Amino acid sequence: MPTTTIIQLFVFMLAGFVGVQTINRIPPLLHTPLMAATNAISGISLVASLVLAGSGDGVLATTLGATAVGCAMANIVGGFLITDRMLSMFKRTKTAVVDKAEDDASSAVKS
Amino acid sequence: MTEILIQLAYLFAAFLFITALRALGRPDSARRGMQLATFGMAVAVIATLFQARIVSYEWIVVGAAVGAIAGYPLGMWVPMTAMPQRIALSHAFGALAATLVGIGEYTNGFSGGTLVRPTVMALGLEVLFGGVTVTGSLIAFGKLQGILPGRPLIFQGQNAINVLLLAAGCCCLIWLIAFPAQVLVFSAMVAIAILLGILFVLPIGGADMPVIVSLLNSYAGLAAVATGFAIDNNILIIVGALDGLSGFILALAMSKAMNRSFANVLFGAFGATGTDTAVATASGGEMSATTVEDAALRLAYAERVIMVPGYGLAVSQAQHQMRELGDLIENRGGDVRYAIHPVAGRMPGHMNVLLAEAGVPYDKLIDMDEINERFVEADVAVVVGANDVVNPAARINPASPIFGMPILKVDDAKSVLVLKRGKGRGFSGVENDLFVDPKTSMLFGDARQSLLDLGLQVKEA
Repeated sequence: MPTTTIIQLFVFMLAGFVGVQTINRIPPLLHTPLMAATNAISGISLVASLVLAGSGDGVLATTLGATAVGCAMANIVGGFLITDRMLSMFKRTKTAVVDKAEDDASSAVKS
Repeated sequence: MTEILIQLAYLFAAFLFITALRALGRPDSARRGMQLATFGMAVAVIATLFQARIVSYEWIVVGAAVGAIAGYPLGMWVPMTAMPQRIALSHAFGALAATLVGIGEYTNGFSGGTLVRPTVMALGLEVLFGGVTVTGSLIAFGKLQGILPGRPLIFQGQNAINVLLLAAGCCCLIWLIAFPAQVLVFSAMVAIAILLGILFVLPIGGADMPVIVSLLNSYAGLAAVATGFAIDNNILIIVGALDGLSGFILALAMSKAMNRSFANVLFGAFGATGTDTAVATASGGEMSATTVEDAALRLAYAERVIMVPGYGLAVSQAQHQMRELGDLIENRGGDVRYAIHPVAGRMPGHMNVLLAEAGVPYDKLIDMDEINERFVEADVAVVVGANDVVNPAARINPASPIFGMPILKVDDAKSVLVLKRGKGRGFSGVENDLFVDPKTSMLFGDARQSLLDLGLQVKEA
């Protein structure tokens, strides 16, 4: 087994531990946004699709690659938009009206 | 040199993704976190465009443009009630991308004669996970969207066939690892994965969808991990691992909330077997119907009200009416909370998103464990379109098929008002003793209309 594969296995394992630690902290309140978010970032397969689509390895590879780019891109664009739309709906009650006003103001500036 | 910069960019992107997931742990930082993740994605993608293997950009641009145009409506126009099917559909997209890359890389390696065993193993796992996820997600989408019937579709020997198919897929993979350059075996494996995805989701009923949607999320992530191993790309491995684990953790949490093992959800076909025993567990007794006027009067003078939304709320799109009724009660001095069962709805956290959309502040959305202590103090518990998650049989009747499932203790409340479309049973087909409890009054009709009428009456009371 080549050394790179071994290193990749290390990366996989450590990323897995980080993932468990991080995701267990996310409250059920935000489970739907979590799912939409992980779905959006799973569009990272765009990285692999780009290489295949641009490598010029013949018609088949290019077609498969370009289709994959389209699918992954749709996931990224749609996924991040819907996650943001969803998270913008989660607001606190009046006890935190000031924060909310600030949030609104800052998001207004951003958009 | 460029290669090193690309790798450093990936490292930075990985940092941003993990930070983003950490920020998702709190509702007030979540949105900013996701903006970081978006930035991370941009960094990773731009870095990739500089890779030496990429020689032409025209098809990349075409694919990206089509994808972006298709993605916009998927992000901006889909209503929150359609969230479960929307997520299922995009799992299919993500997995399709991974599968196509797997096939493309295999054919590349085949024609170039450069196939080596570790790569083929990774590519094989990629198309196996990817293929299952593509068709599985499409079936789940069809069921959630109502294109396919939501009830479990089962036939004789289904589990045996699934196990055989899975074994055949694994055999193909082992064969390929032994003899990498076998296009036919590779194609057979793709076909098996696609078939397996269909057969694996068809027998799963609507109420079990939260588990399946989470599990498919996990598979999509694992397909990305395999891609990362195949093309030596760490960012794919890291992100895929995060994605895969997140789905897996959610799937486990969901089956725990239904008090069922993973295996039982996957192979049990609950709805089909539940119906037979349901009749036996019915305790008899009559439901007592009430009128809008009476119910509204009780709500208007209640001090503590707990709303219990279920999937029926999503079906009739009544989240706004529920919030309006809640506001009216609060304006009269009552205290209103919303009780959220983990598997209410068709995906993890479904009810939270719907109520947040309607403008309910998130600190009023209370998880099951916390709200269960408060039902005793509640004057009225309003159950809207929920059934199995409030069925006391889960606590007291060992013969019931849902016995042991953690439920919302609605029957502890001083009085219960149930808004229900008709006298039918829940998705599990189990009779609900709560509905015949003497302190329960039933208000039949469409949830949205009933909530609207209640609101009008409370205003006048």
